[in-house]
Amino acid sequence: MSDLTADPRLVGARVAPKKGLRLSWSDPLFRAIVWQVVIVGAVVALVWYLVGNTNRNLAARHIATGFAFLQRVAGIPIGESPIAYDPAVNTYGTALLIGILNTLRVAAVGIVLATILGTLIGIGRLSGNWLLARLTSFYVETLRDIPLLLQLFFWYSILQALPPPRQAWHIGDLLYLSNRGARYQQLTWGPAYSWALGGFVVGLIATIICSRVIRRRQDQTGQRMPLWPFGLLFMVALPLAIWALLGAPFQPDVPVLRGFNYQGGGAVSPEYFALLVGLVTYTAAYIAEIVRSGILAVPQGQWEAAGALGLHRRRILTRIVLPQALRVIIPPMTSQYLNITKNSSLAVAIGFQDIVSIAYTTLNQTGQAIEGVAIIMAVYLTISLSISLFMNWYNARIALVER
Amino acid sequence: MGETAATADPRYAGVREQPPAGTTGPWAWAKTNLFGSWWSTAVTLVLGYLLLRFAVEFVSWALLHAIWSVPYDAQGRPDNTACHNAKGIGACWAVISDKYRLILFGRYPYAEQWRPAVCVVLFVGLYVVSAMRRFWRKELALVWVVTLVLIGVLMWGGILGLSYVPEDDWGGLPITLILATFGLAFAFPLAILVALGRRSTRLPAVKLLCVLYVELIRGVPLVALLFMASVMFPLFMPEGVNINKLLRAQIAIILFAGAYLAEVVRGGLQALPRGQAEAADALGLSYWKKTGFIILPQALRLVIPPLVNTFIGFFKDTSLVLIIGTFDLLYMGKIALSDPPWQAFSTEVYLMLAVIYIAFCFAMSVYSRGLERELARAHRR
Amino acid sequence: MSQAVSEHIVAHLADTSAPPIIAMEKVNKWFGSLHVLRDVSLAVAEKERVVVCGPSGSGKSTMIRCINRLESHQEGRIVVDGTELTDDLRSLDTIRREVGMVFQSFNLFPHLTILENCTLAPIWVRKMPKADAEEVAMNFLSRVRIPEQAKKYPGQLSGGQQQRVAIARALCMRPKIMLFDEPTSALDPEMIKEVLDVMIELAESGMTMVCVTHEMGFARQVADRVVFMDRGEIVESGAPERMFSDPQTDRLKLFLSQILRGH
Repeated sequence: MSDLTADPRLVGARVAPKKGLRLSWSDPLFRAIVWQVVIVGAVVALVWYLVGNTNRNLAARHIATGFAFLQRVAGIPIGESPIAYDPAVNTYGTALLIGILNTLRVAAVGIVLATILGTLIGIGRLSGNWLLARLTSFYVETLRDIPLLLQLFFWYSILQALPPPRQAWHIGDLLYLSNRGARYQQLTWGPAYSWALGGFVVGLIATIICSRVIRRRQDQTGQRMPLWPFGLLFMVALPLAIWALLGAPFQPDVPVLRGFNYQGGGAVSPEYFALLVGLVTYTAAYIAEIVRSGILAVPQGQWEAAGALGLHRRRILTRIVLPQALRVIIPPMTSQYLNITKNSSLAVAIGFQDIVSIAYTTLNQTGQAIEGVAIIMAVYLTISLSISLFMNWYNARIALVER
Repeated sequence: MGETAATADPRYAGVREQPPAGTTGPWAWAKTNLFGSWWSTAVTLVLGYLLLRFAVEFVSWALLHAIWSVPYDAQGRPDNTACHNAKGIGACWAVISDKYRLILFGRYPYAEQWRPAVCVVLFVGLYVVSAMRRFWRKELALVWVVTLVLIGVLMWGGILGLSYVPEDDWGGLPITLILATFGLAFAFPLAILVALGRRSTRLPAVKLLCVLYVELIRGVPLVALLFMASVMFPLFMPEGVNINKLLRAQIAIILFAGAYLAEVVRGGLQALPRGQAEAADALGLSYWKKTGFIILPQALRLVIPPLVNTFIGFFKDTSLVLIIGTFDLLYMGKIALSDPPWQAFSTEVYLMLAVIYIAFCFAMSVYSRGLERELARAHRR
Repeated sequence: MSQAVSEHIVAHLADTSAPPIIAMEKVNKWFGSLHVLRDVSLAVAEKERVVVCGPSGSGKSTMIRCINRLESHQEGRIVVDGTELTDDLRSLDTIRREVGMVFQSFNLFPHLTILENCTLAPIWVRKMPKADAEEVAMNFLSRVRIPEQAKKYPGQLSGGQQQRVAIARALCMRPKIMLFDEPTSALDPEMIKEVLDVMIELAESGMTMVCVTHEMGFARQVADRVVFMDRGEIVESGAPERMFSDPQTDRLKLFLSQILRGH
């Protein structure tokens, strides 16, 4: 013991270990706590102040807070709705639900189309054809420099400049284009179609099983049979055969001009169409850049090494380049998908009734500002979170193959 | 090695003979880049045909058959018969010559519109000065303050013999530039603080606040934030206090921009090697000195290209304020189009607006690319 | 400084009785207006080991990349294993099966395991059953002394290990010819030896090899012939001992003095 105390460093060591905090500005823990108390305190005070003001203002305007208004009859006319809706009967809750469905309808279709168009343009920019590469890069540069809202107005004005229904542009009975939107011929759904759809699903499963069998055969014998004849047989021929066996019913639902507009057939409103076209063309410009840089991120050496091994261009693309490019592409693609969803809220400017539009009408009619804004935020945060979670899961799945 | 490497390099050896005919020159270029394969030739022919047809029709519409001005009747109402006759054949640029003052400067008193015009010039000058690397000094902040004050004086007036113009009468391009510039000027410091807060390990409560702020704002569309600003801010204020519409839009844009910029700045902080912070610690610098002198200058330099891209995004996003009725450039375009004689000529107005937006955004993106190259070169050295 | 000699010192076969497996005749190549290969003629016999050296930018990499048509030549003929290299895709397929290549920067596929890197081409190009391909791959991985790494990914291996995998990957296709493009230039000094050992073993097993390298020790030990290139042309070639002890041209003398000073 005595030689320990002889060492001055260890003497200090016995005294030095201190637990808890010193009430001194030189103690980092104390400093951190003070800072946090000050900052959080300021934020809480600000919120307290705003809530107090809000409560006084609401009381002055005789507005009761709460979500009871969702049960009241809405009285909001809604132009297009995927579910049955009558403004005289249905409630604000139903109206908001329709808004959510409309938002999802635009976002989902927009994501699929923008991905396809953006990928094509991105690959076009890498093309060896100078003209194609120049034109696609002009597309990307220009569309990214014009506000989306301006583009939406432009598309909407073009649709409105179409002739009225009486002089609609049409392709036979198949498609009518007028300033009231597009009307197209569709098939009257019958049981034969349901069976054929069932046949398609069965065919899809059979094709997947087939691809597994082909894979196993290749592992065993080295020979690879092509998959597409089986796909054609199961997913095209089978449903067609079922449909033909059930008497090949064919009843077109033709749009007919009645009064000022068409009845029957499938319909796309000009608002939905303009929003979709605007979102897709705008976002495709960003997706094209993501796809391009993703493919460029795979070093040239990977192409060369795979080529030197005798692999063909198509195999190199599917087995070597794409799996590596996807890893680079997925994260920025996720934020583009989120952008489409959020940008679909610009619908309000051209009169497509998405969730923001309907919630805004609701809060103007009822005065329930806080609840309206809360609903909008909740809907978007839920959608954003779902897309992020799905893409993170997918990313993790790819990354797992990686390392 | 240097000297002999140079002589050994075939580039210095002099070309002994020309490459075989057909591997250089414009024809060879066209052969590889336009007609390289059967498929490439088809693409070239189809695209070339479409492009040519479009170009011919566009020139014919926009220049050859365009109506540049229309006569006015005794009441000063434009007589747009010529435009209606030319509809579909020629552009009606008369709508621009009739309305450009309204679109550019809104309802600002007509005689005083030189003031917003000077402001636009000041804004552009401010951007150009800020873009030049040799002006990246502390004094630049002072230049910003002085210019912004000057712009305020010009727009409001009320002193120096300038008549007072309330902000309800402002409109057009100055509003767009004000929202974008002031938005940035305030959002940027906010973003830096939030990014630092989000990175802090010592202050978990502050970190939580920053994460909540960033993720909440980034999770909802700007339209929703603008609605919130327009309907909730009046509720937030004590009775009698009223924030005007422009300020509400401005605050929403600042909050929005702050969250996105914070993420960009955080990216720069994360990319900075740990050694930098450790070296600063070893020198005994305090947190703020370390951050201000060592960390931030380097981290911000790393993220200049994404920062400029974010700026371009905000510049375009300012157009969304029209949804809550702020008279920005795009809204003034819409208002000009609501005048009955011109209702049918939206394409012309939208084209003009697009050209203005493209001019600003394209300048920024060209600048960003140049800067990226320059910084990459400096980095390699 | 132009060497009239170089026109005449066209490569001789070490063993004149065997037909050449690689024959290049007056090959010319330009990148734009830059003349990178000038009248290159080279014949390599079966089982011959040729080392190509020369200063950077001398066209040696371009030359061996022409042999499996990673680059295409514009004038002259290249015949590999009886197949002439043309734009025809079928001849390309045939050549690439017979010619293995090892790159300076390894170019392993980062998203595949070591074993998958080695079996990919045998399965898809040679149409081998998976089990057989894996057996072959494990055999070659053992020969390059890393069978225990088979389940790992390239990112988890050292540079030397990665290059040995790259050699095994090329060997799995059972090529007749192996091309090496500066295989040790990207490696740390302590890893160069493990790669060179594998290459020496391969040379001793009788593989036809064309190897671009600055490793003069390796050239001395295994090469039948050393080819010196400068400014896109073959300046001098011959047995390694003769080349190093008695260089005929000024350019080779200069090059050797720099190499020796550098080491």
